Amino acid sequence: MTATLGARPAPGRGRARARHRLAVLGFMAPAIIGFVLFFGYPLVATVIFSFTKYDLINAPEFTGLDNYLFMFKDPLFTKAIQNTLWFVAVLTIARTVFALGVASVIARLKSGVGLIRTLCYLPSLAPPVAATLVFFMVLRPNGGPFATVLGWFGLDSPLWFSDPMWAKPGITAIMLWISGDLMIIILAAILDVPQEQYEAAELDGAGPIRRWWHVTLPTISPVLLFGIVNSVILALQLFTQAVVAGSAGSGSADSTGSTKYLGFPDNSTLTFPVYLYTQGFRYFDMGYAAAMATVLFIISFGVTIVLVQRMRKGSAAEEGGPGA
Amino acid sequence: MRKHTRAALLCVAAALTLTACAAGKGGGASSEAAAAPGKDDKLTLTVWSNYSDRELEEVTKALKTFNKKFPNIEIKHEGSQDDDKITAGIRSGNTPDVALSFTTDNIGQFCSSGAFQKLQPYIDRDKVDLNQISPAVREYTEYKGNRCAMPMLTDVYAMYYNTGMMAEAGVAAPPKTLDELFEAAKKLTKKAPNGDIERAGYLPTMGFYANRPTILGPSFGAEWTTPDGKSALATSPGFTEMMTFQKKLVDFYGFDALERFRAGLGQEYSADHAFHQGKIAIMMDGEYRTAFLKAQAPQIKFGTAPFPTWKPADYGTAFTTGTIMGIPKGAKNPGAAWELIKHLSFDTDTIVDLSNAIKNVPSTKAAMESPKLEVDAQFKTFIDLAKSDKLKGNPVTPIGDAHIKAVTDFAVSYTSGKEPDLAAGLKKVDQNIDDQLAKSGK
Repeated sequence: MTATLGARPAPGRGRARARHRLAVLGFMAPAIIGFVLFFGYPLVATVIFSFTKYDLINAPEFTGLDNYLFMFKDPLFTKAIQNTLWFVAVLTIARTVFALGVASVIARLKSGVGLIRTLCYLPSLAPPVAATLVFFMVLRPNGGPFATVLGWFGLDSPLWFSDPMWAKPGITAIMLWISGDLMIIILAAILDVPQEQYEAAELDGAGPIRRWWHVTLPTISPVLLFGIVNSVILALQLFTQAVVAGSAGSGSADSTGSTKYLGFPDNSTLTFPVYLYTQGFRYFDMGYAAAMATVLFIISFGVTIVLVQRMRKGSAAEEGGPGA
Repeated sequence: MRKHTRAALLCVAAALTLTACAAGKGGGASSEAAAAPGKDDKLTLTVWSNYSDRELEEVTKALKTFNKKFPNIEIKHEGSQDDDKITAGIRSGNTPDVALSFTTDNIGQFCSSGAFQKLQPYIDRDKVDLNQISPAVREYTEYKGNRCAMPMLTDVYAMYYNTGMMAEAGVAAPPKTLDELFEAAKKLTKKAPNGDIERAGYLPTMGFYANRPTILGPSFGAEWTTPDGKSALATSPGFTEMMTFQKKLVDFYGFDALERFRAGLGQEYSADHAFHQGKIAIMMDGEYRTAFLKAQAPQIKFGTAPFPTWKPADYGTAFTTGTIMGIPKGAKNPGAAWELIKHLSFDTDTIVDLSNAIKNVPSTKAAMESPKLEVDAQFKTFIDLAKSDKLKGNPVTPIGDAHIKAVTDFAVSYTSGKEPDLAAGLKKVDQNIDDQLAKSGK
């Protein structure tokens, strides 16, 4: 019987398998359709447009590698790449460490946990434009609350969004303030660490710091990996805060159209997505913008793969223990 | 594996086909004038603009005056529609019949891409006399001879000065030359004992408020392009003079002190604007500021005058730009849309009423001469400048405001001392602009 089935499946069994496959496909269809329509197609279309001259109105004209070659003589392209890489490096580390730090402190609190957790999470619900403007007002070097407090100690406030050296740290500060979403995820992971592990470590004589380092951190490492990847993507796509901070710094936050000064000061807030938007929708060069988007996608993809592989290797080494 | 490759190739091919179809979509742009609507034709004209609040209401009122000529046409005015939405509308086939754009810098793109339909056939058919509009305004509403837009009022820029501060500082009359402006700025500036600026006589930071190279350009006789269409910054003495003058002022204040002062000033269209707050004594701005000042800072006593010029013979020149109106590609009722644009462009009473309501300069000579136009002493400066043959229009390119940003960025670098070589820097900016122009291919 088995041999017969192996040689030639019974027609009834084949139909059942086909029906099963169809059912699986049917259940997966909404996800597959969504993926193809909202990810696959735009991705392929972007790559196609990147080889064209396309002004959004007329049909695209094939221009070969022109858009990619133009990147080498475009000073703002280099500047935008540098700015975004700065955010990838600094914001990723700062956001993950900040969220981990806050979550670790909240996890150890004995009272008022609910209130403090809510207060730390709330800023992440603020609309990004409003949050950035509030921060802009708070950090205002001339009469802002932060400058006033520094003044009590005889210190001058940095010029934040008017000084190219401070504009990116200023935006990073905003991003940390609204990182409550990541904090909540890490807090959940910390609270999920089995109590027995802490007790065993305590019996072995581990103090709070060693328990945190040897028990908490390895256990929540998959969540930290998520946090890092999420922060990298956030940094690569940084747009709203950069536009609002740059235009508010230049006094044009309430202007419309081309009078809104993007990248201020000295293009230090001109992130890759901001420049991409500028090329596509202000200069009507969607072909060039698509080429930039393709480059951004390749960079994001590369960075994510490297990160995931390194973290996986780290986890495998941790699980294998000494000598593994 | 081969099956997967084939499937992937099929997907890419399908995406290619879809992309080509989607990218080419959009209604046709006719080069012939569409017929005007009949007296009995019932239709609705959709108008998109970026106006909001009070201005939206006033413009809607102006649009409704069209019903005196065409009572059968209903006007639907939708505000807060910027150029992104107009472009997206054209692409998706959901276009308004008339689009109003605040971004005059986009006229090169609108005309050259066909996003706005050609208006010359209508102008020829209806024998419209464009000489009713000043040459500078005509200049910023067309691109390389293709008229695809008409002006809806205009903005003219001039000098504002705080009369109380001028009297207190002993500046007898508004400056007319750059040297006089520099001296007045020095006298009007107040510094604290620690060197902090408390009041700036004239704030020179490029890119801040109306300190844009396009707006300042005419006062310095700056030319944007050579006769063969190349960027002319390095070869135009006006740009060299503009940068030198800005740097001289920045050096007077000290870049760091100036930035610390500037960072505490309010946004351009808010009640916290530095001129409203008495933190700057002299500035360049458009005529609309007269209304803002009266509404938001009635305590500020101010005068207006043409902006000082590098060459005395140029005194009385000014920069002009403004809202533009066009018929987007794919508009459903182009014939009726033209009638509405013509009405808003040339109907004197409508222009005058709208000008009085939103305090912009009328775009026709007849409207500027109208006795109904409300002209006080401050607004008169702008009307006089608008009538002058020294008026200069917004430079038109197919690259949006990329050229303006390049110059502004360079000016900030140069005045801060980061870029020490003016001539070499301007050449670099020229090269950058030329590269972008060449890439656009228009």
